Amino acid sequence: MIRLLGVELHQLVRSRRTWVTILLIDLLPTIVAVLLKLTDIGPRPGTGPAFLSAVLTDGTLFPLAAMAIVLPLFLPIAVAIQAGDAIAGEAEQGTLRYLLVRPVGRTRLLVAKLVSVIAFVLLTLAVVAVTAYVVGVLLLGTQRVAGATTTVSGTPLTQGELVTRTFLALAYALLCMLGVAAIALFLSTVVDTPLAAAMGTMAVLVGSTLLLTLDAADSIAAFLPTRYWLAFVDLFRDPILWRDVVRGTLLQGAYVLVFLGAGWANFATKDITR
Amino acid sequence: MTATIIGTQGLTKRFGAITAVDGIDLDVREGDVYGFLGANGSGKTTTVRMLLGLVLATSGTAEVLGRPMPRDGRHVLPQIGALVESPAAYPRLSGRANLRVHDALAHGRRATRKGRVDQVLEQVGLAGVDERPVAAYSLGMRQRLGLAHALLGEPRVLVLDEPTNGLDPQGIREVRDLLLQLHRGGTTIFLSSHLLAEVEQIATRVGVLDRGRLVVQERLDVLKRPTGRTYVRTPDVAQARALLDGQVESYDERSLLVRVDDVAALNALLVRGGVRVSGLAPERHTLEDVVLEAAGASSDRFES
Repeated sequence: MIRLLGVELHQLVRSRRTWVTILLIDLLPTIVAVLLKLTDIGPRPGTGPAFLSAVLTDGTLFPLAAMAIVLPLFLPIAVAIQAGDAIAGEAEQGTLRYLLVRPVGRTRLLVAKLVSVIAFVLLTLAVVAVTAYVVGVLLLGTQRVAGATTTVSGTPLTQGELVTRTFLALAYALLCMLGVAAIALFLSTVVDTPLAAAMGTMAVLVGSTLLLTLDAADSIAAFLPTRYWLAFVDLFRDPILWRDVVRGTLLQGAYVLVFLGAGWANFATKDITR
Repeated sequence: MTATIIGTQGLTKRFGAITAVDGIDLDVREGDVYGFLGANGSGKTTTVRMLLGLVLATSGTAEVLGRPMPRDGRHVLPQIGALVESPAAYPRLSGRANLRVHDALAHGRRATRKGRVDQVLEQVGLAGVDERPVAAYSLGMRQRLGLAHALLGEPRVLVLDEPTNGLDPQGIREVRDLLLQLHRGGTTIFLSSHLLAEVEQIATRVGVLDRGRLVVQERLDVLKRPTGRTYVRTPDVAQARALLDGQVESYDERSLLVRVDDVAALNALLVRGGVRVSGLAPERHTLEDVVLEAAGASSDRFES
C-alpha cells in the first residue's frame, strides 16, 4: 500500500497537468488582487465573494478571499477532472489491466487514487493560500484596525483565533471537495473515458447550483451537494454560526460514504474488458 | 504426470445474451508451451482475462498454479507475467520509467530485484533505448516493452496474448527465440494467438477455441501425426502407378500420393520395380487442417 501510494503521489507531482491546473486556479485570485489594487473598488459589503470587501484594508485576509473565489467553480472542476481520470484514465490507456495483474488489489487502487486526489486538493489549496497571502500583503497592505483582524460581523479577531478558524475553513473546503471527488471516482469506475466521468460530475454540480436558485426546489435544497459549500464563511462570524457548517459536514460525509461505497462495490466486481 | 499449471472446469462467461466463453476445460501442464488458438472473437482474450482475474467468470472454476482464481490472485499473480491483448504504458514516461513504476509495485525484496529493469530491457532488445516517452515508440517497440514488462517479475508462467503483433519478421524471430530460451529455463508459456504458423513453430500442446468452445486440446506432435499416406517423388510416374495399382490416391507429372502403412516396404517395392525414387515423405496432418476441421466458419463473417 505504501509503495502504491508512493507511485501515485510521485505520478501526481510529476504530471505536467497537475501544475498547469494549479497555475490556472491560482491565476484567478491573483487577477482579482491586481484589479483591486489598480481600481481600489471592492464589492459593497455583503455582496460579491466573501471577504473581498475586507481585504481592501487587510491583505492578510486575502487567502480566505482567494478560497472563496476558487471554491465555487475552479477547484471543483479541477477535482472532477482529477478524480474522473483516476480509474477511467487508466482503463482508457490500458494500464489498468497491467496494474491489476501486477497485482494491485482493486480496493487498494481505489484508496490510493482517493488519497492522490486529496493530496491534489491540499496542494492546490496550499499554493492558492500562499500565493494569495504574498499577493495580498504586497498589493493590498496590512492596515489593521487596532492591530486585529475583524470578523465578517465586524468584531476583532486575535491572531490565534484567525489561524484556528482558517484551518477549520480549509478542512471544511477539503471535505466539500472530497464529496466532489467521491462522485467523480464513482463515475470513473462506471464509464470508460475520463472525460465522461468529469463531465458527469460537473453536470451534477451545475445542476445542483441551478436547482438552488429555484424556489420550487426548496424541499430538496438541503440535500444538494453544493448547498453548504460556502458555509465556511460562517466560521468567521462572531459568534461562529455553526448550523450550516455542521449540516454541510454531515451532508458531504454522506455523499462521500455513499459514492465511495458505490464506486468500490462497482469496481470490485467489474469486468475489466479494456 | 507433470503438475497442472492452468486448469479450468466448465469456465463460462456470458456478456448479456452473448456467450463469449462456453464451458471450457483448459489443462496446461508445467513446462508446456501451450498454443491457444482461435479466430478473432472466439473468446481467447476473455479466457485470458478470466485466468488473470480481470474478468469474472459467470460459472465454472479456474485454478492457476494450484490456487483458485481470482480468489487467490494475490499469491498467484506475482508468479505470472502477462501481456494482455496489447501492451500499454504511461505515454509521457519513458519505457524505463514505466518499468520502474511496475517494479516499484512488485512484491518481494528490493535487493533481489536490483538491475531487473535493465535485465529485461536487454532480454527484449531495448537495452540501448533512450529516454524518449513511450508515446514516441513504434508499435514494435511498444510490443517489446510489453514483453519486458511481462518478464519483470521473473515469472514461472508467461501468459501472452498475440505477443508478436506489430513486429517485423526479424522481431518475430527474436521473440520466438526468447520464448524458447525461457521455456528451456523452465518457464511455462501460455501463448494465445490467431497465427497458426507462430503456434506451430513453438507450441508443445495446442488448444483450439471456436466460438467460445474448446474444440481441440492435444499435444502438437499427436495432432501432426502421419496421415497414412506418403508422397513419392519420381520421374517415372506412369511406371509407379502401374506398380502400385489401387494404392495411388492422386498424382501429377513428378509425384504420387500413395496410401501405405510401411514406407520402407514401399520404397523396396518401387526400387525392385525399377522406379527411380528421388524422394519419399510421409504426409502429416497440418495444424491448419486440424483447426479448420474442428472449427467452423470465421466468426467475423456474416452471411446473409
